[in-house]
Amino acid sequence: MSSVIIENLSKSYGDVSAVDDISLNIDTGEIFGFIGPDGAGKTTLFRMLTSLLIPDKGKATVEGFDIVKEFKKIRSLVGYMPGRFSLYQDLTVEENLNFFASVFGTTIQENYNLIKDIYVLLEPFRKRKAGKLSGGMKQKLALCCALIHKPKILFLDEPTTGVDPVSRNEFWDMLGYLKNEGITIVVSTPYMDEANKCDRIALMQRGKILETNYLKNIIARYPGKLFAVKSDIMFILLKDLRDYKNSNSVFSFGDSLHYSDSRTDVTKDDILNYLKSKEHKNILIEEIEPNIEDCFMDLMSK
Amino acid sequence: MIPLIFFMPVLQLLVLSNAATYEIKNIKFNIVDYDQSHFSRELISKFTASNYFVLNDVSFSVENSEESFKKNQAKLIIHIPKDFEKNFRSQGLSGVQLVINAEDGSAAGIINNYALNITRDLNIDMAVESSVMPEPVPMINIDYSNWYNSELDYITYMVPGILVVLVTMIGTFLSGMNVVKEKEIGTIEQLNVSPIKKYQFITGKLMPFWFIGIGELAFGLLIGIIVFKIPMLGSPLIIFMLASVYMFVVLGMGLLISTLTNTQQQAMFIAWFFLVLFILMGGIFTPVESMPAWAQAIAYFNPVAQFNRAMRMIMLKGSGFKDVLPTLYFFIVYASVMMSLAVWRYRKTES
Repeated sequence: MSSVIIENLSKSYGDVSAVDDISLNIDTGEIFGFIGPDGAGKTTLFRMLTSLLIPDKGKATVEGFDIVKEFKKIRSLVGYMPGRFSLYQDLTVEENLNFFASVFGTTIQENYNLIKDIYVLLEPFRKRKAGKLSGGMKQKLALCCALIHKPKILFLDEPTTGVDPVSRNEFWDMLGYLKNEGITIVVSTPYMDEANKCDRIALMQRGKILETNYLKNIIARYPGKLFAVKSDIMFILLKDLRDYKNSNSVFSFGDSLHYSDSRTDVTKDDILNYLKSKEHKNILIEEIEPNIEDCFMDLMSK
Repeated sequence: MIPLIFFMPVLQLLVLSNAATYEIKNIKFNIVDYDQSHFSRELISKFTASNYFVLNDVSFSVENSEESFKKNQAKLIIHIPKDFEKNFRSQGLSGVQLVINAEDGSAAGIINNYALNITRDLNIDMAVESSVMPEPVPMINIDYSNWYNSELDYITYMVPGILVVLVTMIGTFLSGMNVVKEKEIGTIEQLNVSPIKKYQFITGKLMPFWFIGIGELAFGLLIGIIVFKIPMLGSPLIIFMLASVYMFVVLGMGLLISTLTNTQQQAMFIAWFFLVLFILMGGIFTPVESMPAWAQAIAYFNPVAQFNRAMRMIMLKGSGFKDVLPTLYFFIVYASVMMSLAVWRYRKTES
């Protein structure tokens, strides 16, 4: 069953098309990640799906309701956590939670079960103003507020941006727990490494979806072989590898270069010999499994 | 913020109603006396003896005297020509020139008035002394009395006006900054995805300011009556009835501004623009009657002018419910239009 069905959805601001003819389905109960750099159109897409923005073209349904015609029904079914912290900074943790509960016509007690595990972490700061919380705490409070009305589907727009690595991990654990409660979770992130926390991901770039699939399928479909290469003078190495006749793509990645070769039967000795002929010294070559970033780079270059 | 909301009006009321008066004292003046006669000295002593004028300089050249205008030392030059007394005695007619610095038009008008009163006094004295009244000139003796403010007390008619300004400012600014602030800090996103209805949102936004505004008015009226001894001839109940609708006019105006703008700066600018127009054309500091016809027509649609007039009518004249009924109708229509526009302009969904 699908929680979200998107068909040819488009939205542009003047000449810039923020979301360009996107179609995809999000299954009920999965964690679905939109992964892409800043400006890929993730926020615009989320704002359309949460009834804050009217699309130019195309249609979409959330939990079976049309986002334009039946937006009122959608509003009580979705939980939305915008990218920017947008709770009342001058209200305390408790007041914020109470306020959003009453806006949705419910109480904290009614849905306490759902937020219990997250709320206990906030409990010591109950009387503190939301503006005085740390980044990780703010994010937990925002999640609680988005959950207070027991939504069927949760839209989290870059929830981990600007949050420390420990809190980020904690946050993903919480999402795993919410998934077990049967809530569909749609999340966007600019961090490629968070892809493996999602069930399925969609890679987004300039308003378009490059690929939608399970992470392992995306990686399995990586064309050719991938090598991590190092030598003494890296910038000459980069140039030489790009000039190599079988070169598919070369990108610097940390302290090495990720080089992808178009031949399927290539071995690291072939590359070693080529580099030696170019008089490189201290050459290190290793065949590696492509990660999500390699896949993204590959899809982007097409 | 709460102490500020109550402190500011008190300060404003105390300072403005005491400071913003039309009375001018210690007006410095210069004398250019070419006559040096008994009458000319009499004229000068009349001026110096009054509370309003202080002699700044005596000279024998108008040009020199005009220098002190430029240096801002004097506001008035009294120029007494040669043969001032002689002409008066022989022909029963003589002239004095008053040169007034009219950089500030309204101050010049007041100085002119004072000076005329003094010279009129002198006129009578001189006429008696020189007994140049061959035949009595027929004259209408005018006896006047000022109703509703017999002493023409400035504070009495200023305080109601200042209260109107206060309530207007509170209503427009507080509500004008409010929704746009939520836009700025992003909280409006969280509310917009919720099933909360537009009218619920708007009501929630306005009610606190409505109570603050009415509270301020009550507070201001108390200070006016206790501290300034302002008469309250009419019923305070009618004032509050008008105010309760008037608050919706100004709150609606602020809210409309708030929904049309994206930042507090924009909202502030637009709110100021309209408030300055409304308040300056509201008949509080200058009478509406002195405006040209087109401005008077605009003033009719100015809620500040309407409320100011109604407040003075009720407090100083004791006007009743029937007298202010047109104003009440006007407010109801105005408030409905403003509120409908604001609710209509507030969008939970962007296109």
